[in-house]
Amino acid sequence: MTNGRMQEGKHAPLIPMKNFVGYLLSLVLTFAALALGMAHVLSFGAVMLIMLLLAVLQVVVQLIFFMHFTESDGPRYHIVGLALGAFFALCVIFGSIWIMTFNSQVH
Amino acid sequence: MLESLKEFAGHFFVTGEPLIYMSDVAIVVVSLAIVFTLTYLKKWKWLWKEWLTTVDHKKIGIMYLISALLMLFRGGVDALLMRTQLALPNLHFLDPQHYNEIFTTHGTIMILFMAMPFLFALFNIVVPLQIGARDVAFPYLNAISFWLFFFGALLFNLSFVIGGSPDAGWVSYPPLTELATDPGPGENFYLLSLQISGIGSIATGINFIVTILKMRAPGMTLMKMPLFSWSVLASCIIIVFAFPALTVALALLMFDRLFGTHFFTMLHGGNPMMYINLFWVWGHPEVYIAVLPAFGVISEVVATFSRKSVFGYKSMVAALMVITVINYLVWAHHFFTMGASAGVNAYFAVATMLVGIPTGVKVFNWLFTMFRGRIRLTLPMLWAIAFIPCFAIGGATGVMLAAAPADYQYHNSFFLIAHFHQTLIGGVVFGLLAGLYYWWPKMFGFILDERLGKWAFWFFNIGFYVCFMPMYALGFMGMTRRVYTYPAETGWTGLNFVSTIGAYLMGIGFLLIVAQVLYSIKYGKRDVTGDPWDGRTLEWALPSPVPHYNFARIPEVSELDAWWHMKQNGETLAAQNKKAPLEPIHMPKNTGRPFIMGVFFFIAGFGFVFNWFWMGAIGLIGVVITLIARSQERDTEYEIPAEEIRRTESALGRL
Amino acid sequence: MTTVAEKRPTNAGHDGGRLPLEYTRHEGPLNILGFWIFLATDVVLFASLFATYFVLRTHVDGGPTDKELFGISGFTIETVLLLTSSFTGSLAVYAMRNGNKKRLLGWLIVTLLLGIAFVGYELHEFLDYAAEGATMQRSAFLSAFFTLVGTHGAHVTFGIIWMASIIVQIARYGIDAINARKTFIVSLYWHFLDIIWIFIFTTVYMMGVVS
Repeated sequence: MTNGRMQEGKHAPLIPMKNFVGYLLSLVLTFAALALGMAHVLSFGAVMLIMLLLAVLQVVVQLIFFMHFTESDGPRYHIVGLALGAFFALCVIFGSIWIMTFNSQVH
Repeated sequence: MLESLKEFAGHFFVTGEPLIYMSDVAIVVVSLAIVFTLTYLKKWKWLWKEWLTTVDHKKIGIMYLISALLMLFRGGVDALLMRTQLALPNLHFLDPQHYNEIFTTHGTIMILFMAMPFLFALFNIVVPLQIGARDVAFPYLNAISFWLFFFGALLFNLSFVIGGSPDAGWVSYPPLTELATDPGPGENFYLLSLQISGIGSIATGINFIVTILKMRAPGMTLMKMPLFSWSVLASCIIIVFAFPALTVALALLMFDRLFGTHFFTMLHGGNPMMYINLFWVWGHPEVYIAVLPAFGVISEVVATFSRKSVFGYKSMVAALMVITVINYLVWAHHFFTMGASAGVNAYFAVATMLVGIPTGVKVFNWLFTMFRGRIRLTLPMLWAIAFIPCFAIGGATGVMLAAAPADYQYHNSFFLIAHFHQTLIGGVVFGLLAGLYYWWPKMFGFILDERLGKWAFWFFNIGFYVCFMPMYALGFMGMTRRVYTYPAETGWTGLNFVSTIGAYLMGIGFLLIVAQVLYSIKYGKRDVTGDPWDGRTLEWALPSPVPHYNFARIPEVSELDAWWHMKQNGETLAAQNKKAPLEPIHMPKNTGRPFIMGVFFFIAGFGFVFNWFWMGAIGLIGVVITLIARSQERDTEYEIPAEEIRRTESALGRL
Repeated sequence: MTTVAEKRPTNAGHDGGRLPLEYTRHEGPLNILGFWIFLATDVVLFASLFATYFVLRTHVDGGPTDKELFGISGFTIETVLLLTSSFTGSLAVYAMRNGNKKRLLGWLIVTLLLGIAFVGYELHEFLDYAAEGATMQRSAFLSAFFTLVGTHGAHVTFGIIWMASIIVQIARYGIDAINARKTFIVSLYWHFLDIIWIFIFTTVYMMGVVS
């Protein structure tokens, strides 16, 4: 435990700028998605694409601003792990949708 | 009152089958014998203190191993019953329902309650020793994993005498397994026992990934790590990403059965194919979870007994990692016949065939390692050599099955049965047996008898080919899996009879292994050096059996095959130990909580099997309480004084 | 098992290159990496549930569709509650790293209360749907919806119990390496649930509203 940080701790702000910005961004992204969804100006596909992009940005905000994502005591194995997890998650989701749309061809 | 109790018991216990009554008697007799022996020898306290509460990876490994061998026996008996039923046409040795139950329990037990614990046994016993660590990253979690597996297996096996066995195949496809078509508790036993042991498997996966990534001895970079540890890393990566899909598939089917949801029903918009899809998202990677560590074993054994460093180490690692990713992207080849679009089947066919490339790389590397090596035909090496052609044929028939159009012909025929037994026996079991013989001295301090082992090897190997080669032909002749009998006019009699003979030869092989173990306990050559095979990796630097803290001082590693290089440079562990005074070691304390948690999971599982939600709730609350108790616990370690380590090490000749 | 008291971090943080307290005992970095990997597993668990939901979304069997069912104000309130709790959770870790026990406890309790409000609101939403006849037995779509969102809710509930257990320990033992590690890990879990919720918000609720 470093003394420097402990001393600084007594004068640390209640809400640091970084976390506050993260919170603001997450709210802005949420309401942007909501507004886009309610506006009915774009096609379903376009709206979903933009909203998914907003969701990905939300994830980045959580990881960078809140989760200390790049912090580690050595090689950053956890980033590799999560990247693999995300990749496999996409495979399961899009693979399943692709495979399971067979009904439309059978009918 | 008495009447209703009688009626309850009539449903609760399985009745009306002489084979099962015989087993009931056997179970009661064996249980009484165990209780009596433990009481007579006053071993209850020993059992609790040394085994049930242990967090030592080596003891947990041995418990996995014992469970796996018991389950191999049960699954093997199931196999022999099936082969007996099919030996001749129109036999009535088993009735159709009983046959259904037996092929279901055979498959489920062999994959999940035999292969998995066998693998975990080797993970546990070998990996920390091989990478120069004192334990796994999470010893407490490791104990939880074992007890979840154990109580999951217990729950599954209980279905045999209580409530009735599952009967819808080891894949348990809906809509057959929905409540309307399969009302008994058998399916619930399947769903809940797999769920419980599956949680344990995920925990094991996380545990070994962290152990391997974070706890290697100083100097052992990833590219200097033995190949078995690499293969465990690969296998665990697949475990953590594949098992959640099984968790979901089982949970959703359970919801259908317990809560009346409509995921996989034929009514209200359910889609049974979604279960099959999710099941194979896990099911195909599961094959690689099992076979990659077998590859790792073969790499170690071939290198040791050829007295050469493994050929193409880097390409071996690359092949493992490539398989780790590709194996996840091929699952739909298990249901080509579903009728997905041409694009789907084409993609999954090609992706499946791609797996053959890195696998081929590995096979050639093993052959080149042996090339011009000084080969010693010990038991582990024999099994490794038998593994290579057997697995190669299994792989080749796999490529045949991967051709989607042709698969419409092979699908669910005996050709498929022969193929996957060739990869799972010729691949996984041969590999695991090679590993068992190889590391047995490290676990128990004596070498298994060669002569009996060779008899077992030949019986098992010849039996294997006699049993499964005819099945390829039977598949082409139109015999499908899971038929309980067939008419003589089909012309399948001869081949089936041969196949049954082969199965019994394998059964004799198994009995010979048991005899070999019993014989060697008494007469086997003791391993006094700790390095009976002239090994290459760090586990052989340690005495056999290994002291519970493993390494008195964590060794410094500078090369691949660390122990081999130490020996070449005339270094020993004793010399390393003498370099500086030994320091006290912190080790995790034994605890009974993982066992108790397993009991609570068992109670919960048993309750849900019979729709007794009160009992399920009690079990789950118990689980949460044990979790909170652990969270609040702070004093989890103890210190071994340096003096004690010094004494142990000098007694073992390591100082 | 050696200690890693003086290891240099890969990422020199704002405090001049020392590792935070939660990494200083030997089990700290192991537990943190292990937990990240657990989160990666949980990603795939949720992916399987999402996949099921997408496949069965249109299988309404003549019952209510997603568009008819979802009320915008309901899920928007849930989203804001959870986003805010994620924010206060991050403030708890910040207070912890500054060695401020009082603020740490305060922020954890606020996070916990927001979590309870979220679960309460979700239960209320579910009961509302059930009262309209939209139960999980009604159609495959509803089975998938309740299971996906309910699994997330169960995770949050578990997180509440867990966090409460850690609050008790901080009150008893203060900010030491063990509690720092536990707090950091529970905060990872909490933010992760927020990430999952973002996708539920986007691909379950918003997709229903837009379609």
